[in-house]
Amino acid sequence: MKIKLKFFSAPYLVWMIVFIVIPLLMIAFFAFTTEDGGFTLKYISDVGQYANIFVRSIWLSLIATAICLVIAYPVAFILSRMEKHKQGTMLMIVMLPMWMNFLLRTYAWMTLLGNNGIINNLLGMIGLGPYKLINTSAAVVLGMVYNYLPFMILPLYSVMEKIDKSLFEAAEDLGCSGVQTLFRVIVPLSMPGITSGITMVFVPAISTFIISRMLGGGSNLLIGDLIEMQFLGNAYNPHLGAAISFVLMVIILVIMTVMNQFDPDDQVLI
Amino acid sequence: MKKLGKLYLVLVLLFLYVPIFVLIVFSFNETKSRSVFSGFTLEWYKRLFHNRIIISSLINTILIAVAASIISTVLGTLAAIGINSMKKVPKAVVMNVTNMPIINPEIVTGVSLMLLFVFFAARMNLEFGFVTLLIAHITFDVPYVILNVMPKFKQMNPHLYEAAQDLGCGPFKAFRKVVLPEIMPGVISGFLMSFTYSLDDFVVSYFTSGSTSQTLPITIYSMTRRKVSPEINALSTLIFIAVVIVLIVKNVIESRAAKKSGLS
Repeated sequence: MKIKLKFFSAPYLVWMIVFIVIPLLMIAFFAFTTEDGGFTLKYISDVGQYANIFVRSIWLSLIATAICLVIAYPVAFILSRMEKHKQGTMLMIVMLPMWMNFLLRTYAWMTLLGNNGIINNLLGMIGLGPYKLINTSAAVVLGMVYNYLPFMILPLYSVMEKIDKSLFEAAEDLGCSGVQTLFRVIVPLSMPGITSGITMVFVPAISTFIISRMLGGGSNLLIGDLIEMQFLGNAYNPHLGAAISFVLMVIILVIMTVMNQFDPDDQVLI
Repeated sequence: MKKLGKLYLVLVLLFLYVPIFVLIVFSFNETKSRSVFSGFTLEWYKRLFHNRIIISSLINTILIAVAASIISTVLGTLAAIGINSMKKVPKAVVMNVTNMPIINPEIVTGVSLMLLFVFFAARMNLEFGFVTLLIAHITFDVPYVILNVMPKFKQMNPHLYEAAQDLGCGPFKAFRKVVLPEIMPGVISGFLMSFTYSLDDFVVSYFTSGSTSQTLPITIYSMTRRKVSPEINALSTLIFIAVVIVLIVKNVIESRAAKKSGLS
């Protein structure tokens, strides 16, 4: 008797339906129902009350994503042009901080930025400050950039590493200036890396609740905080929480669809 | 130009490493101050090793990571074999669903599982704790195993398995002797990936753990919320050292393997 290979996946298919599909359907279900199970749009429309938090989350994570792109692009390029045997080691050194738990990395900035923290102390020595560094939206953006920068470097590097060096020489021979080579050769060729880097930074940034809580104080709530409060906070309301999660998923879906338009190979997930 | 590039790289590395080094330096600080270094001590390390909550959550984290990654590897490898032999449309559907936990924000995965567990907890005898954590970890681990194993099939002759059965192997022997060796590198990297993701996960665990079964990241989180003790710095230092050792070992093994395959 031969067993067909496709039946090997049966246990996983059951798992997938019970623990991936049904939970996501439950989010949709909770978002559109009242406590006694009737259909309602109340919670979805209630999300509108938090428009300012949505705008802040999108805005701060867009800024963080842009900063990551600007910082990471030269890093990835420099890495990709190093001698081959150095690249591996250098990449490991760049990625190493990412292996530390991100709570500890964020905590590190808490101690640096604090009102009695090191930065204010050093500034105090030369007669400046103290400045309010922590519990600001700038601190939240900084935390996002610090935590997610490697997510931008890695996909950019893996695309740039494959770009043939002779293309730059060809561009130069044909009269391109450095800037022209950058925008006409390097950027178009690294587009798949740019789009997947943007998604890999933007998605965790827009949904974080740790960074905003640890570095933003109470005054910089993000979507993630809002969701967390509905499920584990004092404001326990899974229906509203599900509605907010639902809207968040829609926002991310829209942004990823837009990103895919820029990606010639359609390499980004989905 | 070259020098400018190097300088830039150094600046970015400083940005990445200075906060961690500050954390490490202050793990040896005599007082609880986070900005003034007043003297050397190992007191915080001593306290760390006597901190029952930290030790028990560390053990818990390792238990869950080991169990979740082993189960995910088995489940995911079998799944990849099956998905690979599916027809185009069902394959695309299953792969899209499999990608969901990777694309979705972690918080959505976390709360969606929490909703499911709350539903079961109300109707059956399910308590938030080790079991819910394990299920949650397996759920976000399996996709990584599948994504690591699937590409290995592209390099493999699809008829080998049938040939082995035609030549008298039972289905399981054929699997063990023919399929498994071909996909092993993918299985191993899938296992390692899910193990590290499990060790490191905070968000999904936070929503699915309840109060009885905590993992190390959850303990770290509650430490940062309470009055801060330099024990957390000591813990960071130890984790940093562990990460450096693991990465160096990994690099050495990989470069040796590369040399070997280069020679043969």
